Amino acid sequence: MTSSQEATNHPEKPRIATVSLAGCFGCHMSILDIDERILALAEIVDFARSPINDYKTFDGRCTVGIIEGGCCNEENVHVLEDFRKNCDVLVSLGDCAINGGIPAMRNNIPLRECLEEAYLKSPGVYNPSGTIPNDEELPLLLNRVYPCNEVVKIDHFIPGCPPPADAIFEVLSALLAGRTPAIAYGDLKYD
Amino acid sequence: MKKITIDPLTRVEGHGKVTIHLDDAGDVKEARLHIIEFRGFERFILGRPFWEVPVIVQRLCGICPVSHHLAAAKAMDRIVGGEQLTPTAEKMRRLMHYGQIFQSHALHFFHLSSPDLLFGTDGSAASAFAAPREQRHVLAVAKSFPELGRQGILMRKFGQEVIQATAGKKIHGTGAIPGGVNRNLSVEARDHLRKDADQMIRWSKKAVAVARDFTMDHLLEIATFGAFDSNHLSLVRPRDGALELYDGVLRAIDKDGKTLVDGLEDQRYLEALSEEVRPWTYMKFPFLKTLGPQHGWYRVGPLARLNTCRFVPSPEAEAARIEFQAVTHQKPNNVTMAYHWARMIELLHAGEVIRDLLDDADLQGEDLVTQGPRREEAVGIIEAPRGTLIHHYRVDRNDQVTMCNLIVSTTHNNEPMNQAIMRVAQDTLAKKPEITEGLLNGIEVAVRAYDPCLSCATHAMGKMPLQVQVVDAHGAVAAERIRSHELDAP
Repeated sequence: MTSSQEATNHPEKPRIATVSLAGCFGCHMSILDIDERILALAEIVDFARSPINDYKTFDGRCTVGIIEGGCCNEENVHVLEDFRKNCDVLVSLGDCAINGGIPAMRNNIPLRECLEEAYLKSPGVYNPSGTIPNDEELPLLLNRVYPCNEVVKIDHFIPGCPPPADAIFEVLSALLAGRTPAIAYGDLKYD
Repeated sequence: MKKITIDPLTRVEGHGKVTIHLDDAGDVKEARLHIIEFRGFERFILGRPFWEVPVIVQRLCGICPVSHHLAAAKAMDRIVGGEQLTPTAEKMRRLMHYGQIFQSHALHFFHLSSPDLLFGTDGSAASAFAAPREQRHVLAVAKSFPELGRQGILMRKFGQEVIQATAGKKIHGTGAIPGGVNRNLSVEARDHLRKDADQMIRWSKKAVAVARDFTMDHLLEIATFGAFDSNHLSLVRPRDGALELYDGVLRAIDKDGKTLVDGLEDQRYLEALSEEVRPWTYMKFPFLKTLGPQHGWYRVGPLARLNTCRFVPSPEAEAARIEFQAVTHQKPNNVTMAYHWARMIELLHAGEVIRDLLDDADLQGEDLVTQGPRREEAVGIIEAPRGTLIHHYRVDRNDQVTMCNLIVSTTHNNEPMNQAIMRVAQDTLAKKPEITEGLLNGIEVAVRAYDPCLSCATHAMGKMPLQVQVVDAHGAVAAERIRSHELDAP
């Protein structure tokens, strides 16, 4: 799709896209923890590309893109760049998107050691040829896990592991209403 | 001639990509589900103090974090010599775990799979799972089936509230600590949950009926869709072989129900199981050592559990199990799509267990933690929503972890998912040798029956593209299609 097509293809309802990169999906579960409110939300927005539906690519401009997880392989980077290109506003949702989170614990360990531990050294492993997965279908792992804002510009950050559902709902409501989000003190989490 | 690649897999939690390999005659020779993410938990957990582990490793997966939290805690119980938990600690953990089974099964059935089952079932054999894309999400379910959709959302909410009451948070809480728990259940929380418990059981029975009716109404199609014979593995209760999700012994049977492994204590899992590494995926392939990598693979999860257990220890779910088993004349059920029905029977069981536990005064007990002689190595095994979950650690005298081995539920189902995809590809491509929307959808429906937490399996979690590539006998890509809105020409 060309950029001119994208420009003319602006939908009537605001559209939200979401993705989980190198995250655990807990942030997406926290989105679902808005419970019944998701039915009301669905009245005023459309969900574009998201793991909870079957849209796998962008088919037009999105108002808000929500990113869970940091970047641990080249594919994460491509997807994140695609989100930046197609979304007006990008939100880093949760600690992994914001600072790499638990997956970034591998950052001070050589990647090879991580692979050897899992595929060569673990007890019970049957690996007579000493194989470490390596295939054209497997995207290249990055040397370390990168926060999203080191790869593209991010407009909003919601901290927490995961951020509480109320914080997510407030940010979405505010962005859709065109006001600045005001997360209650108790919903600002840094765990 | 060809390889078919499908990417991304949606409504499957985690990263996945599928390639289908054809031989010279153009027949499907192999299907590969590539897990393309790698995290490295087994390495970066080394050196961490052991008491951190239950809260770190649950970040493997945000969909069933409680499973990892509790499997790690069970291992750490033994490290501190506290595996004989106090009644309050054990019941708090059970409540947390069955709360998680309840929320995860509700999520999987209503949010992720019900569109496959509820839409597009127009009676023609080819289209039972062919819901149009616009309808393949829970919000469409809520629109067309408002009552059912709303119940699904509220059932998941109830399970999450049970977790919050026992672990402090709905996702990534802190309830279990080595040798016990860090809280009991407040009377307020108990009463709050109690008032919804009976409603949850009523709704669960309805969910069982939806899954059962779908299965029975499409029996011919379902009986062959992605179906194959396999072995089955799960924990069962030691003394009587009952369904047991928190703590038990390993039992495996073959496709006909013959016992392969029985009464194997969790600490000895390595005597029975091994994992093969293949170069094209980050997910390993577990197998029963006695049968070897070729024939020793097995299924885990709701279907396997209903096959291996002798009965379900709660009355309503046991009645549902008897009805389920009658369809296969008391033999193991080897039908991929039967996972959904089995999952809903477990949902009902979890609801009954939660209701009964809430009446137990031990949950308000004050004796929370225990310990004994220290150990340096321990295994914790639990039945997670998606199947058997194994955590194995060594801890040195400085309290630091020196070895970590994780075999997660989805990993056990690795070969079964590849088999299911191959069956679907064989059936679909034999009719029409090109990548059709029906092939893409069929593969996803089959994979989703296993409820894979691919994020867990890579010790990660991720997005879910499905890309299909057809590869010919010489390794050249003959066709490739990313499942997308534009439907790019192959």
